[in-house]
Amino acid sequence: MHNVLVIFRREFFSYFATPLAFVFIVIFLLLAGVFAFYLGGFYERGQADLAPFFNYHPWLYLFLIPALSMRLWAEERKSGSIELLMTLPVTVWQAVIGKYLAAWCFAGVALLLTFPMWITVNYLGDPDNGAIFAAYIGSFLMAGGLLAIGACLSAATRNQVIAFIFTVVICFGFLLSGFPLVLNLFEGWAPQPVVDAIASLSFLTHFGSISKGVIDLRDLLFFGTLIAAWLAANVIVLEMKKAD
Amino acid sequence: MIEISHLTKRYGPFTAVDDISFSVEPGQVLGFLGPNGAGKSTTMKMITGFLAPTSGTVRVCGHDVQSAPLAAKACMGYLPEGAPNYAEMSVRAFLEFIADVRGLTGSHRRSRMDDVIARLGLNGVLEQVIETLSKGFRRRVGLAQALLHDPQVLILDEPTDGLDPNQKHEVRTLINAMSKDKIIVISTHILEEVDAVCNRAIIIANGRILADDTPKALAARATSGRLDDVFRQITMTTKPATSKSAPEVAHA
Repeated sequence: MHNVLVIFRREFFSYFATPLAFVFIVIFLLLAGVFAFYLGGFYERGQADLAPFFNYHPWLYLFLIPALSMRLWAEERKSGSIELLMTLPVTVWQAVIGKYLAAWCFAGVALLLTFPMWITVNYLGDPDNGAIFAAYIGSFLMAGGLLAIGACLSAATRNQVIAFIFTVVICFGFLLSGFPLVLNLFEGWAPQPVVDAIASLSFLTHFGSISKGVIDLRDLLFFGTLIAAWLAANVIVLEMKKAD
Repeated sequence: MIEISHLTKRYGPFTAVDDISFSVEPGQVLGFLGPNGAGKSTTMKMITGFLAPTSGTVRVCGHDVQSAPLAAKACMGYLPEGAPNYAEMSVRAFLEFIADVRGLTGSHRRSRMDDVIARLGLNGVLEQVIETLSKGFRRRVGLAQALLHDPQVLILDEPTDGLDPNQKHEVRTLINAMSKDKIIVISTHILEEVDAVCNRAIIIANGRILADDTPKALAARATSGRLDDVFRQITMTTKPATSKSAPEVAHA
């Protein structure tokens, strides 16, 4: 636990040592606002909720989360610091969890900084704050799921651009796995239970049900197991190829 | 104590380290010599637990590196080839991080920090970001990191590579000062370094140990009495195991 915390701290503050933190947060807030007000029609709808704001989070995350996760391990490989990290008295698990939690917390900070949206909607009307809270939880969980995918793929390469592109593609698949775009690839040749299983992996469906204000145990379990599975894969990738 | 027995590392058909065995006792400063691609770095990566051996075992301070990696790593300090570090951190933040991971606390932590900072002359650059430092200073930061917890065993992969003659001299003085009760393993292809700091030298080529002796006794093997003649004599006469050139494992 102590080691996880030490690695978490180093990683978390390293975001702020470079312009990355600033750039990421500013772009995230800017785009979140632009999407909510222009594409989502926040004012025009005349409803006191944040649906137009949260509806665009998956698409925002699709490109911003891989930008956050791509450096997690690829950079360690590129600079060779992975050799330093892996010869310190820490386990691979501790390193994986520490680094992952740092990235997730950073995404959480960016998400929390969208609070002016919440103030705005409360100023203009009388929204269901419970539903808004649930949607924040859902958005945070979705970011965590995408980050776990990105962390694992980042560990597989020393090239951050490759990590970014693969993460975007895989995340896109997970976001849309309940939709014909993905399901059509499997229908026809894969057995129905497999198709159903793939459909149930859809981030959009799970995020959608949480952001309606219902925090269902099944949705929490979904994101929890998904994160755990990708982090386990992350550990396996590192164990298999530490050096190159 | 480092005990290495029948250590082998293969990459597909290529054998980087081929069934080597040796042990190092406290007080020994072992120079690990060999041409590029001989298997020096690969051996060091296996000693420090970064690479898993294909077969064979490494025991450090009585701990098997494969089955008890944390205990083994805790008693080792390691400077990897090229002295990698977290370039975006300041020297102080980086050393504090290492102290945290090594579990140093209280007054012991403060005295260890002061000691390595003084020994490596880092006082003037403590608040500087590592990537803005010169190569010599970055190497010193890497050494400071390896020495911070005052380890029983020090593994230094080319500690003086890229340093100017004055800095090389400083590092050698540092190693000499520490050599009394520690185990120090240094890889190098600079032969004068072996003369300057080591009391034992192993010459390795194509993954095999070709000579293991004191630098003096090794030098005496050549009619000229010079270590580089012995080195050439030994490493040029052995044929490579495969026609392929050795893959650079570290930062290929």
